[in-house]
Amino acid sequence: MNEMKAPEVPLGATDHIPRRSQFNDETITLAHGAGGKASAALIEAVFINAFGAPDVTALTDSAILSVPAGRIGFSTDSYVVNPIRFPGASIGDLAVNGTVNDLAVCGARPLWLSAAFIIEEGFEVAELRQIVADMRIAAERAGVQIVTGDTKVVPRNACDRIFITTAGVGLILPERVLGATRVIEGDKIILSGAIAAHGMAVMIARGNLAINAPISSDSAPINELVEAMYSAVEPGSIRWMRDATRGGLGTVMNELAGDSKWGILLDDEAIPIAEPVRGACEMLGIDPLYVANEGCFVTVVAQENAEQAVAALRAGGATQAGVIGEIVSQLPQVVAIRNGFGGTRLVDTLVGDPLPRIC
Amino acid sequence: MKYVDEFRDPTAAKELIANIAALAKNLPRTLRFMEVCGGHTHTIYRHGLEYLLPKSVEFIHGPGCPVCVIPAGRVDDAIWLANQPNVIFTTFGDMMRVPGSSGNMLAAKARGADIRFIYSPLDALKIAQDNPTNQIVFFALGFETTAPATAIAIAQAKTGGVKNFSVFCNHVLINPPLRTILDAENVQIDGFIGPGHVATVVGSQHFEFIPTEYQLPIIVTGFEPLDILQSVNMLLTQYVEGRCQVENQYSRVVRKSGNREALRLLEHVFTTRESFEWRGLGAIGNSGYRLADDYGEFDAEVRFELPAAEVKDHPACQCGLVLTGQLKPAECQVFGSGCTPENPIGTCMVSPEGACAAYYTFGRLARPTAD
Repeated sequence: MNEMKAPEVPLGATDHIPRRSQFNDETITLAHGAGGKASAALIEAVFINAFGAPDVTALTDSAILSVPAGRIGFSTDSYVVNPIRFPGASIGDLAVNGTVNDLAVCGARPLWLSAAFIIEEGFEVAELRQIVADMRIAAERAGVQIVTGDTKVVPRNACDRIFITTAGVGLILPERVLGATRVIEGDKIILSGAIAAHGMAVMIARGNLAINAPISSDSAPINELVEAMYSAVEPGSIRWMRDATRGGLGTVMNELAGDSKWGILLDDEAIPIAEPVRGACEMLGIDPLYVANEGCFVTVVAQENAEQAVAALRAGGATQAGVIGEIVSQLPQVVAIRNGFGGTRLVDTLVGDPLPRIC
Repeated sequence: MKYVDEFRDPTAAKELIANIAALAKNLPRTLRFMEVCGGHTHTIYRHGLEYLLPKSVEFIHGPGCPVCVIPAGRVDDAIWLANQPNVIFTTFGDMMRVPGSSGNMLAAKARGADIRFIYSPLDALKIAQDNPTNQIVFFALGFETTAPATAIAIAQAKTGGVKNFSVFCNHVLINPPLRTILDAENVQIDGFIGPGHVATVVGSQHFEFIPTEYQLPIIVTGFEPLDILQSVNMLLTQYVEGRCQVENQYSRVVRKSGNREALRLLEHVFTTRESFEWRGLGAIGNSGYRLADDYGEFDAEVRFELPAAEVKDHPACQCGLVLTGQLKPAECQVFGSGCTPENPIGTCMVSPEGACAAYYTFGRLARPTAD
């Protein structure tokens, strides 16, 4: 355990040296959420130690940020995934990437995040440090700062180990305008990567299925990919964008169809799915179209720019990016998918939740 | 998943579709083939197979979705069991949304009943061993396919002396409802796409009564799109050649005599009930299993005093006509209006293998047929 030790303070030191509380605790108790010394010690030793940035060393009640004129994107999300650690990611990665991605698919450049923690008493400090370290690494990778936060501790069984809520702010350039109403017939649907890995990784990590498969969550920030695409094509040709998280690709496609007047025709064979993921879905009778993703997004791009957009995504590292379907005038407000031998089926909105608490 | 790809190969599918079209060219009338299994129904809709066939070949959807045939009264009993003090009630996830007379198990769980989804009866047995002060009840359902797994759990409970484990048995048999459907009036069936999974246990010979007593062909069939297309091809070939036989399309899994070990276990652990109530089909004689007397101590119906109230099907529900192939899902009076997967009235709308749910989820698309 990487404990924070109080700094050596020479006798007679003046009081402008920050007073640091000793923090050797191994377990979170209700005292850590009570706002007193234990809270201060935890915040300083765990959170400030990881997230501390030049303009946040003063622990005021809110972060004070300078914003240029124009539009900002502002988003929030809560993370309650069970288990909190699974192949490829942890609740900490998700809490950063999820909110970063929500901003990015609105065309925003994510800049700042907040992070609020609800922790069950008895949670191990070492585990909390790991989660916070994951958040710091994810934030660095995405180029965002975590600038404000909150910690609450609740009695045992009042929450399941740890819940994290993040909110984020990003700047939106004026030429970026996205929306379902901007989509027109003939536009291409582009997917940035293979689907269904996150949901299956979490499900298998729960350990109550008698299956084992080398499946890792795809949790990753997508903001760089979005920027790469915007710099490759005329911004107006990017019509609509979403990250395919809970409910998966099938659900976001239905949301687009419902919000526009057009139909969507997908090509089953063009949608990349890693072999172990497809195998696990097949065994469990789960349709990968409805399984959550945490590191890929789907966008609608004008027909004539689709190729360039795909090339930019691939050059940016999304090697499996490609066109997976198009906007059609038949089947208004309906999503359909065509398979290899010419059969077509409806892709409906999911009923119920086959995999609860996956993010 | 190479194993799956082989059975979804587009080139092979196109060849089969062309063969089917050639065989169907000179049919005197439309032929209607019943797929017995919910798994087949799911594959047919999921892969849009209906629309790849000529108009003169129709699928009708049979009674082989074990969730779909559980009557409301049994769901009420399950909820009653789950609400008993100290009981941990275990079930397959599919059952959670099946409506009883007042609400489903999902609502009962939300109100505080300890209901857990499991994937195997042995998971329930493990929960029993891990929670010795609780009573663990397993909601057992399914045809001869899943009954052996339940039988194994019961046999292990007996061997291990597990006193806090019992089974609420709703296992059913495949042949009695097929006879009921074949004996019903207004039913036109020209052949069966036979239940591949059931046949792995009971063997293809179990269905000999269909050609001998009813002069109809049956093809024991796998669950991939190519399996079903090949099965249709085999049914049409029999029709054109004037034959009616049991044929085994699913020979990579199914043997003629089935799985003798599993059959022995079924005979040992279960006994046939005089009668069992089927949703939509009514009471059918000798169509369900209960625990044999030697295993009575593990029978939840013996251990607990169940209310066992009879609950009539919803008056608007036409599941029975759908299950006997007399109505197509969309022709039911409440399909998509009063009855949807969000708020099902009848069980055909609940499980993804139910004919109505599969059609609602995948099929509601205006598409041209192959001709």
